[in-house]
Amino acid sequence: MTLKLAKSVQAVRSLDWLYDPKTRGLILQVVLLLALVILGYEIVTNTAENLRKQNLASGFGFLGKTASFDISQTLVEYRSTMSYGRAFVVGLLNTLLVSALGIVLATFLGFAVGLGRLSHNWIVARLSTAYVEIVRNVPLLLQLFVWYVGVLRAMPMPQQSLALGPAHVDVRGVHLPRFVLEGDVGWILVVALLCGLAWALVLARWARRRQIATGETFPAAAAGLALIAGLPLLALLLLGLPVNIDYPQLGLYNFEGGLTIEPEFLALLAGLTFYTAAFIAEIVRSGIEAVPRGQKEAAAALGLRPWQVQRLVVIPQSLRVIIPPLTNQYLNLTKNSSLAVAIGYPDLVSVFAGTVLNQTNQAVEVILITMGVYLAISLATALAMNWFNARMALVER
Amino acid sequence: MAIRQRHRATAADWIRANLFSTRGNAALTLVSLAAIALVLWKGLDWALFSAVFGGRDGSACNKPEAGACWPFITHKLGLFMCGRYPLPERWRVDLTYMLALAGLVPLMLPRVPGKLWLSLYLIVAFPILGFVLVRGGVPGLPGVPTELWGGLFLTLVVASVGIAASFPIGILLALGRRSQLPIVRWASIGFIEFVRGVPLVTVLFMSSVMLPLFLPPDVTFDKLLRALIGVALFSGAYLAEVIRGGLQAIPRGQYEAADALGLSYAQKMGFIVLPQALKLVIPGIVNSFISLFKDTSLVLIIGLFDLLGIVQQSISSDAKWFSPQTAATGYVFAGAVFWLFCFGMSRYSAFLERRLAAGDRR
Repeated sequence: MTLKLAKSVQAVRSLDWLYDPKTRGLILQVVLLLALVILGYEIVTNTAENLRKQNLASGFGFLGKTASFDISQTLVEYRSTMSYGRAFVVGLLNTLLVSALGIVLATFLGFAVGLGRLSHNWIVARLSTAYVEIVRNVPLLLQLFVWYVGVLRAMPMPQQSLALGPAHVDVRGVHLPRFVLEGDVGWILVVALLCGLAWALVLARWARRRQIATGETFPAAAAGLALIAGLPLLALLLLGLPVNIDYPQLGLYNFEGGLTIEPEFLALLAGLTFYTAAFIAEIVRSGIEAVPRGQKEAAAALGLRPWQVQRLVVIPQSLRVIIPPLTNQYLNLTKNSSLAVAIGYPDLVSVFAGTVLNQTNQAVEVILITMGVYLAISLATALAMNWFNARMALVER
Repeated sequence: MAIRQRHRATAADWIRANLFSTRGNAALTLVSLAAIALVLWKGLDWALFSAVFGGRDGSACNKPEAGACWPFITHKLGLFMCGRYPLPERWRVDLTYMLALAGLVPLMLPRVPGKLWLSLYLIVAFPILGFVLVRGGVPGLPGVPTELWGGLFLTLVVASVGIAASFPIGILLALGRRSQLPIVRWASIGFIEFVRGVPLVTVLFMSSVMLPLFLPPDVTFDKLLRALIGVALFSGAYLAEVIRGGLQAIPRGQYEAADALGLSYAQKMGFIVLPQALKLVIPGIVNSFISLFKDTSLVLIIGLFDLLGIVQQSISSDAKWFSPQTAATGYVFAGAVFWLFCFGMSRYSAFLERRLAAGDRR
């Protein structure tokens, strides 16, 4: 009897290794690693075989070939005789342009609506709530179609364009006067701008140090802005205003000259801005509500005015709650700009993963490059915002 | 006498306090009121007073002062609901809706008992039944290929399959990311961060263009299935981050207590940690489902016609219904449908949150 029991105990003991979490973990990891390696091997060999069967080229040599298609909006010089690589750069810059502008505008609108939801004015609070609830529950793609087909393509023909001061709005977009610099003075303006920037930074630092030492305040922000905007203007005046204004002129069928903003760009910008602002508004509201009431009361008890309470006490503290989800929204906006492909704005996806892919048929390379670019943008934004967040974080002893 | 009279708050007091407390507030109120009145008047005029209700094609709506072109919607309602699903077979789609509602409605009402059976029905029985019903290909039910699926029906298929498939993916990835095992952890982190770093459009491009290249040459995939894989993987990665938040919020003592009781990893997670963690992040989970529902509209970019895709196609390429107001009417209709679903989900989540929090308030 005892012998039997001892034997079965021993039998269980000999299986102990199977019940050891460490061994199990090791087995699981080896299996996972093997599965991943096999999956990777299968994908690579299958892809190679498929490409060979369909006689498709591979490699990145296609980037140097002639693109032979036109792009409607280009920030750098581009002609259809240039390479696919150049087209890639044009698409990437268009993506960055619409994302950067969208982020700035959505932040302003989002803060306004978020503060509006907390307003003491009943109607303003309700209106802001209605805005958020309507906009964030409708797909962005639908909103883009509404802006593009419903608003901008519904504008009149160039002959009946709406005139807003010197600007004209028609079905082909918005035509603005353009400032053209005479001669080679651009670099002087850049130098002036950089000087203004540096001066503003030094001034801000000095004002801060003086306030800590003596308690005297100095309007550093306003002065800094004045410097940054003022120095280039001053430089222009000193140079004798070498600026020509190129007004858009109505030609036979279309406006010529000036600066034309394409309707696709405007639709994408408006859609991204209004959609993301609804999400930012919610983030701002919850961030401000997260600041304890005692902070406001203490600030008021110290004799700060209501706007000082907001600016010096509430908003800096709420930023700690706001920044991480705000970063996510910025990344979302950048990624959502890829919906441009649906309305024909020449962003990275529609130029590269659309036209270039169709012309070259090199799906693997094109999609990998496109995904890599977005990954890099996401990573860079996340790093920048982490740095900003670390600066804003509560310094605890 | 007058002193002892208590001041009672009247409607006028409320208006003064909430709408006209300062000069700036009064101005804001007046501007807002004017804006509301304008929008209401324009909206009602467009949707009702100037709207066209009858007509067999767009010519009835082709007047300069006409408002919404409602016959565009009523004539094409079948197309918007089911796409090109053959007319005599539409009852199968309706029956599938009924089967889904029969499981969903009692599951969502807190008072109805038997939640376990209902969930089992929805997770196991309904998908099989529903698939056989709408896909057909068995005796008595002629096959309907997925190329003919479309409209709101396709939207609901993509959304519900995406939700059902992304949930286990999300849980596994979240557990993997919190795992002690380095290879499991790094594989999960790599997958999650990769998918979250790229737009859904590129994921859909990848699953529609690259997936066929990855497979052995003789294996072919349905276009819809390829889109579903892309959507499920994409939303699984987002869901994983939401669930990870819940896992991190569970106190360490819970994990340790489970270990002390001698529970295995699966028991510890399944019985102790996950039930608490998932309850904590219900709002986040519903939010990801809402964004998944909205994101289904992106399948139109790879050539599937969901509700938005089919409305957009009818607007842009149906010459019979061409009129100045066709586009606006179609978008308002599609927007209203999407809004109803998303807003409904967010309200239900708020209700669930309050209900589940009731236990903690004691």
